[in-house]
Amino acid sequence: MTEKKRQIIVFLIFAAAALSAPFFLKDSYLITVLIFVGINTILAIGLNLLLGYAGQISLGHAAFFGLGAYISGILTTRFPLDPFLVMILAAFCAGALAFVIGFPILKLKGHYLAMATLGFGIIMYIVFNETVSVTGGPSGLSGIPYLSVGPLVFDNDWNNYYLVWISTLAVMLLAINLTQSRIGRALRAIHDSEVAARVMGVNARILKVQIFTVSAVISAFAGSLYAHVVTFIAPASFGFHFSVELLTMVVVGGLGSIYGSFLGAAILTMLPEFLRVFHDLDIIVYGLMLILMTMFMPGGLVSGIQMVTQYIAARKAKRKDEHAQA
Amino acid sequence: MLRLDSITKIFGGLTALEEVSFSVAAGSITGVIGPNGAGKTTLFNIVTGLYAQTSGEVVLDGKNISFLDTEKLASLGLVRTFQNVELFGQMTVLENVMVGLHTGTKSGIFSCAFRLPRQIKEEKFIREKSMEWLEFTGMTDMAGVAAANLPFGKGRLLEISRALAANPKMILMDEPAAGLNSRETVELASLILKIKETGITVVLVEHDMDLVMDICDPIVVLNLGKKLAQGSPREIQENQEVISAYLGSD
Repeated sequence: MTEKKRQIIVFLIFAAAALSAPFFLKDSYLITVLIFVGINTILAIGLNLLLGYAGQISLGHAAFFGLGAYISGILTTRFPLDPFLVMILAAFCAGALAFVIGFPILKLKGHYLAMATLGFGIIMYIVFNETVSVTGGPSGLSGIPYLSVGPLVFDNDWNNYYLVWISTLAVMLLAINLTQSRIGRALRAIHDSEVAARVMGVNARILKVQIFTVSAVISAFAGSLYAHVVTFIAPASFGFHFSVELLTMVVVGGLGSIYGSFLGAAILTMLPEFLRVFHDLDIIVYGLMLILMTMFMPGGLVSGIQMVTQYIAARKAKRKDEHAQA
Repeated sequence: MLRLDSITKIFGGLTALEEVSFSVAAGSITGVIGPNGAGKTTLFNIVTGLYAQTSGEVVLDGKNISFLDTEKLASLGLVRTFQNVELFGQMTVLENVMVGLHTGTKSGIFSCAFRLPRQIKEEKFIREKSMEWLEFTGMTDMAGVAAANLPFGKGRLLEISRALAANPKMILMDEPAAGLNSRETVELASLILKIKETGITVVLVEHDMDLVMDICDPIVVLNLGKKLAQGSPREIQENQEVISAYLGSD
């Protein structure tokens, strides 16, 4: 039970920090950056459920993000529909698409799965780019309305910060619950030994499709949020490049760790903001980060932090011993 | 309880099993032995749905399970362990056993994510039941250890604990004594007898003759994909064909 309590405390501290951050940040630019950290955290969690827990790769996740953004963007600019209703519809559509393509795609393993999801991502990117009459094509879709609840309109950074971060915390909490349940264990079981999981009665084929669907729904939700926060969307945000960036977030932060997803999203969102020099070289930086992380810290930064705290604890204990002997 | 009816398996041009038939009585410990390449593991893979047989039928409790998916079999009460020990290495010992209770429990993605009351209750049940099985196999003190860090013998024990947690009617063990030292093998033998006492039927494929002769009855002998003999340990030991299959004949 103490472990459970510790987790609740960690989450509460994290939530308190996230919700009080704007009070300490006078700079509205930083708040804007943190809004994107929140959206990317949701996306990274979505991909982490699939990649870090179930062990199934996707190189096309930006497509679901884009699908959510475009469905929300198109329907709310052209029709007088309730944006929240459209958001649910967008999540449902992305989920349905993931479910349908999940059955054939997730039969593939390893490199083949990577290729198939990559192909899916590219197809969706072409759709966003080429159906000019619907999506606005390469020049994008503008004039997407802000979200509003009654008289409250989410039209400034401060409002949007809370909109995004309350959503992020909710997704985090649900994801943590899910990963620490029967379903979470079954996912990790598939990751470690699919054959043993199946022998224990885990229907790996269905469960992989289900988690792929959940992952797509989460990504589409992030897409809808993104569309309403930024009010302008263009295909460039939803291409292969962003799928790789997402993958890098998950790997750098920590495969199979929800807080790791936040860490990865925070670093990869802030790094380019502060190091503009990387602008054209960022894909190389991501590649390097992926290589270095998988070589030296396969558990991601989260495992790195654990290693450091363990090291410090061990040194403290040793010093105490020496002290006692002296 | 389990009946194999003229099972034949052909890989490409190679006949791995040819017309193998035998029955396993409920509550028995049935041993399947045979020289390397006799088709023992292939037989297990067919029974547990990992391979499809070329012809023949597998019947469990009167139900034809020949072409059921592997994941269906656990809910029918048929589980297995692997020769090379297939654990969930990144998970703790306790979590491994908890996966064993997957079939007996129902909570879906939605109720798990929202922690519905029924799911919380089920989770508690899973944890308690898993601890009971760890106690049964004497692994309680290792509950928090990552499975990948277990010594080989303990890994095998964990695999059996996990299989038991699925509440099976029958466990198929593929060479459970392989890689164990003699003390561990003796412990394994008493564990298998203890499992039998709880009413679970055990089928083992095994190379360790002492173990098989001590605890199995009946014993089925396979050689070159065919059933050579079936009988009590004594009958098998005295069977001329079996002796020549193992020692070679002139």
